[in-house]
Amino acid sequence: MSILVDDGSKVVVQGITGREGKVRTQLMKDYGTNVVGGVTPGKGGSEVYGIPVFDSVEEAWEKTGPVDISVVFVPAALVKDAALEAIAAGVKLVVIVPDRVPIFDVLEISSFARAHGASFVGPNTLGLVSPGKAVLGMIGGRAERAKEWFKPGNIGVSSRSGGMTSAISYYLTEAGLGQSTIVHVGGDAVVGLSHPEVMELFEQDEQTKLIVMFGEIGTTQEERVAGLIESGKLTKPVIAYIGGKAAKSGTRFSHAGAIVEGTRGSHASKVERLTGAGVYVVDAISDIPLKAAELMEAAGGQK
Amino acid sequence: MARIYEFQSKKLLKEAGIRIPEGGVACSPEEARSIAERIGKPVVLKIQVWVTGRAGLGGIKFADTPQEAKEKAGYLLGMKVKNFIVEKILVEEKLDIDAEYFAGLVIDDAGKCPVLIFSSAGGTGIEEIARKNPEKISRISIDVGKGLKEYEVRNMIRKTGISGKLLTQLSRILTRLYKTAHTYDARSAEMNPLVLTKDGMVYAADCHFTVDDYAVFRHPELGIDIAREFDRPPTELERIAYQVEEKDYRGTFYFLQMEENISAEEKAIGFNGAGGGGSMMSMDAVLSRGFKLANYCDTSGNPSASKVYRAAKVILSQPNIKGYFASGSGVASQEQFHSARGLVKAFHEEKINIPGVIRLGGNFEEKAVEILEKYLKNIPGKIEGYGRDDSPEFCARRMEELIAENDYTSHAVAHIKEPEIPSELYAFSTVTGKVWIDHHKCLNCLDKGCIKSCSAGILTLEDGKPVLAIGEEEAKKGKCPECLACEVFCRFHAEDAVFIHLPIPGLKEYRDKIRSKD
Ligand code: SF4
Ligand code: SF4
Repeated sequence: MSILVDDGSKVVVQGITGREGKVRTQLMKDYGTNVVGGVTPGKGGSEVYGIPVFDSVEEAWEKTGPVDISVVFVPAALVKDAALEAIAAGVKLVVIVPDRVPIFDVLEISSFARAHGASFVGPNTLGLVSPGKAVLGMIGGRAERAKEWFKPGNIGVSSRSGGMTSAISYYLTEAGLGQSTIVHVGGDAVVGLSHPEVMELFEQDEQTKLIVMFGEIGTTQEERVAGLIESGKLTKPVIAYIGGKAAKSGTRFSHAGAIVEGTRGSHASKVERLTGAGVYVVDAISDIPLKAAELMEAAGGQK
Repeated sequence: MARIYEFQSKKLLKEAGIRIPEGGVACSPEEARSIAERIGKPVVLKIQVWVTGRAGLGGIKFADTPQEAKEKAGYLLGMKVKNFIVEKILVEEKLDIDAEYFAGLVIDDAGKCPVLIFSSAGGTGIEEIARKNPEKISRISIDVGKGLKEYEVRNMIRKTGISGKLLTQLSRILTRLYKTAHTYDARSAEMNPLVLTKDGMVYAADCHFTVDDYAVFRHPELGIDIAREFDRPPTELERIAYQVEEKDYRGTFYFLQMEENISAEEKAIGFNGAGGGGSMMSMDAVLSRGFKLANYCDTSGNPSASKVYRAAKVILSQPNIKGYFASGSGVASQEQFHSARGLVKAFHEEKINIPGVIRLGGNFEEKAVEILEKYLKNIPGKIEGYGRDDSPEFCARRMEELIAENDYTSHAVAHIKEPEIPSELYAFSTVTGKVWIDHHKCLNCLDKGCIKSCSAGILTLEDGKPVLAIGEEEAKKGKCPECLACEVFCRFHAEDAVFIHLPIPGLKEYRDKIRSKD
């Protein structure tokens, strides 16, 4: 298997007629993602690359049958509406590519998703790819590139930086190590599926034998991953790189923030917690494929 | 997180029905005096700058009479605190304090919800209180979809040992705090302290709001000019860059100046990253070779060529940098040749005499590197292009070597000459600029390569002259993505007949000022 998306998943694209929507739909379709429809209110009845466009997600659902995933490419100010629409229609996974989505909008989507048993990736995500099966979003940019950079295998990749998601996966591929699913969780302070949630999915996934995580300073995501390991909920080996060592830590302006986050968030805190939990924390990106090869070998020589 | 001033935050609270001390903002000692007179009671004067711990910095003073308020205001106004000069002070009635509390709202990334926190022991040393007297602190996670009910707040505050009238008063205030924070898209909101006066009234004696950068557009009423948290006022160049960012939503352009006055002796470079993670990694690589960064800049998220062009122009407005270093993650999904063309146009116009190391790894990197190498051969500075298989560490070393070869020559900022274009030339507007084509020159051109090079396919020939194949309005709305391909092609392969004007408001004046300094 893989996580979140495979070749059977039925996908719609919201904002399919826009600049980004069009280009990325081509990427997804050419890669092999099962895109069954697009949604742009007011443009129902037209087509994009032979894909039918509907006026609403609900209509897409009625005409194409149940939809598993919606990928959203609408302007930031309209993201909330689009995501709520998809969830209300019954979609269980929404991938929110745009950046600059107001945080209260994200919180509202989150509350709605929770109430409907749905989840979302992003905002501000390049998307995800289960190599050889499907791409969601814009990762890879073009289908040929995505096919060249990402290869099927047993390593799960989760990253907070879009560029580094592709970079790490590409370096793994170069080293002959394929990936199960590659997830860019998104660069914002609050995201739908964050590192710990993605880790739990990798833990359940049979194909995934090893996990690579690209973390960054800020938020509590990496510390929570350490917590998962300590509580026994994550048992697969994890390699991590934490970016932002050179960054000066910002002045903390909020006392209340200090209570909620405590000392979490800094580079040192993350490295310490993860190392303590038994994660292989590396200092250079180039160490990731080396360490991964070593661990995969130890796990029985499968690549 | 964009900050707003205490007096602005208080205005929001007041509109929400939360009691704040009587007072006003003064920009001169005389104004402070008249406000104190109007209040008719002893007052407190507080500097309005974005720093914490104002009392410890001498930024809070008390005055018993209007005359004294005037004197103290004279002392506070113009004072330098950290990186700020005090321009405004808040003059308020001094409260008769009986007890102090704390209320704050933050966004919890783990719970994906706002959390409201209350402390019955005030806010000073709150981390300490949380550890030693956890019973004095209470919190509630809010479901944004459902909103916050006053009874929930009552139950929360009750846990800290507060009851009676005070409980209802505080509950109302905290509920309103949340509503206000939500309405204004606050990233954080704090009332510290919340003061209970001897006559039983609760006032928000001090308060801080930060506003979500991504939601600033919804709140023009807050007058936030740069939606970003600074621990100093933005520099002039940052303001110029910010306007570019604001006017062109295609991709990101983030510019932060790390050093304003770089001397000729310093080993400083202009930095152009792409993507947060990749930029951080690339920064680590150059910093570890002893470079200083004049600036941090991020052009990512599939920016238009014109945006990268403008970013380069802004970066090259910094005198004395020794090199131009561009590097991102190395495996970018964006089509890198757009960035390459933006840089080609900028470097050509500037005729830069410093070296550049440009790591444009990612989609179409071969084409991007080819564009750089082919078209930047003849400028004074040596430019090298690299791709995903060249590590940031290697590129940083190349930067160092090229700078040494170039004898540590400093970048000299050039004046910007606005083009003089005969008005009869063929032209059409684009989203942020204008394309001019000198059709006289086209008469000598045989292969008309501009047509093919335009990937958007919006140019067509009319009597052997390239013109828009679509309506002018459409081109202006974005059908011409400002890819710069026609200009770059024509300049190097044909008659140099195309010029794309991409203005950067304020940059000419800025450069004139810099030039006149040396
Ligand atoms: S390539 Fe240049 S000179 Fe030739 S037709 Fe196009 S614009 Fe005119
Ligand atoms: S006219 Fe065509 S080639 Fe020229 S900038 Fe516009 S889209 Fe690019």
